[in-house]
Amino acid sequence: MAFAASSPGGAAVSELPHVIRFANVEQTFGRDDGAAVTALDDVTFDIGRHEFLAVLGPSGCGKSTLLRLIAGLIFPTRGIVSIYDLAVTEPRDEIGIVFQRPTLLPWFDVLGNVTFPLRHKYGRVSAADKARARDLLALVGLSDFASKRIDELSGGMQQRVAIARALLLDPDILLMDEPFSALDALTRDEMGFELLRIWSERPKTVLFITHSIPEAILLADRIIVMTPRPGRVREVIDVNLQRPRSIATLSEPTFNALANHIRGQLFTRISA
Amino acid sequence: MPSQIISAASSSPASAPEAPSRAAAAATPAAWRIWADRLAPACSFIVLICVWEAACRLFAIPSFLLPAPSAIVVAGFNVSVSQWLSNIGATLRVALMGYVAAIVVSIPLAVALVSSRFLSRTLYPMIVIVQSTPIVAVAPIIVVTLGASDLPRVVITFLITFFPIVVSTVTGLMATPEELIELSRSLRAGRVREMLHIRLPFAVPFIFSALKISTTLAVIGAVVAEFVAAEHGLGFFIMFSTSFFKIPQAFAGLAVLVALSLVLFRLCSLAQRWFVPWSLPKSER
Repeated sequence: MAFAASSPGGAAVSELPHVIRFANVEQTFGRDDGAAVTALDDVTFDIGRHEFLAVLGPSGCGKSTLLRLIAGLIFPTRGIVSIYDLAVTEPRDEIGIVFQRPTLLPWFDVLGNVTFPLRHKYGRVSAADKARARDLLALVGLSDFASKRIDELSGGMQQRVAIARALLLDPDILLMDEPFSALDALTRDEMGFELLRIWSERPKTVLFITHSIPEAILLADRIIVMTPRPGRVREVIDVNLQRPRSIATLSEPTFNALANHIRGQLFTRISA
Repeated sequence: MPSQIISAASSSPASAPEAPSRAAAAATPAAWRIWADRLAPACSFIVLICVWEAACRLFAIPSFLLPAPSAIVVAGFNVSVSQWLSNIGATLRVALMGYVAAIVVSIPLAVALVSSRFLSRTLYPMIVIVQSTPIVAVAPIIVVTLGASDLPRVVITFLITFFPIVVSTVTGLMATPEELIELSRSLRAGRVREMLHIRLPFAVPFIFSALKISTTLAVIGAVVAEFVAAEHGLGFFIMFSTSFFKIPQAFAGLAVLVALSLVLFRLCSLAQRWFVPWSLPKSER
């Protein structure tokens, strides 16, 4: 094979020190009818410093549960989720989240939305904070839109604002839950390259959840392929594609080989 | 494959010429169309009045059954301005006091219901029972209990007005996107800020639709209270007029009542447009 593939639960080799670690994590949810649903089962993996990790899998494989565990919004039934070797017991400051929908606040303008985390957490926004928010708007390509209303922006622009909002507190870790899946195909491709540019200017440890195989390969250093019900790590794949990546990356033979391999992994899971 | 592409390409121009022309017509309608659209409500109202007037004259309908619009206007002008003002003032005072009381109680109550499962389990059934009780039937009892002042009338107005505000506010507070609640929790901003910065603003469009409905309910409440016990007010005026068979005068009172409701409703809409324009759909700003 042209790429390294490690088995689930096995040590995913990374020369960088790990930032996030999942150790034998199991997550069960109680349903209203009393039955328990296992969302994650024996999930073990690491994310290295400033690594771009994509989590790929069909719906119902617990991808979003992974994200909420790191964010400290929920806690594992068994096993340990740790950040910098400290178990996650509450939401932490070094995390920024971008959701599938932009979920901006219509009563604030664009700048007000970017500064909202500070206003919400501390109750005030200083002039320096506003200057920083303007820098972030420039970073996501919306310098001229600071005082625009939210409904004047397209879906892609709104998601850029959401990314700027997630970067406001300068988090080490960026959690992205299918951030481009609500966008049209062209905007989606553009946003992928934009994200890579932003990531190269502001290196972060990124956990990027997606159900798009090409998107995962194009963006990530490593891909975790998950199987549904219960969510398990099927395979961890290193993406050995040159950075910076561009449209030309899409036509590289390695890209297609990887895509075909992942497709095989996802579609043979029932017989396997 | 090529045939598919060709068929797709050839099918789209076939439908294309129609669509742009229709869009252009919608974007820049003829001037007469704009005026027709604006004047349509007034025209239909004038036509209705004319038909009413004509029917009353043609069929010689006695004024105690259905007075002609002209007779209503004449009856209205026969009542002195000071009498109108005192009656309007009395009804308006009761309606507004009940309305404000309903707002002051309902919104914090809705916040409490959303914040605490215990409170929603204990209070919600009671609120539904109050709403299920026909207030018109309870009104005489309230008047007996609370005596002859504005108080029983304000209480009756309050009871009719508060329920829609509670229900809409609760719906609005619950309609906040889950992601924003998670964002708030991930920032550890606390429940109070979550309510003030996210949930309440998100509920504003819901609250305003309830406030608009409640303006008319407040007028209804005040009139119901005046029917039961009052010595002034528009409800009392209508009762008084009918008991003396002054039917045109009763109709005049009714017309003023409708106008009062419309003005309050309009003021509420304007308040929304002035203070929270973002809560309106783009077309209504």
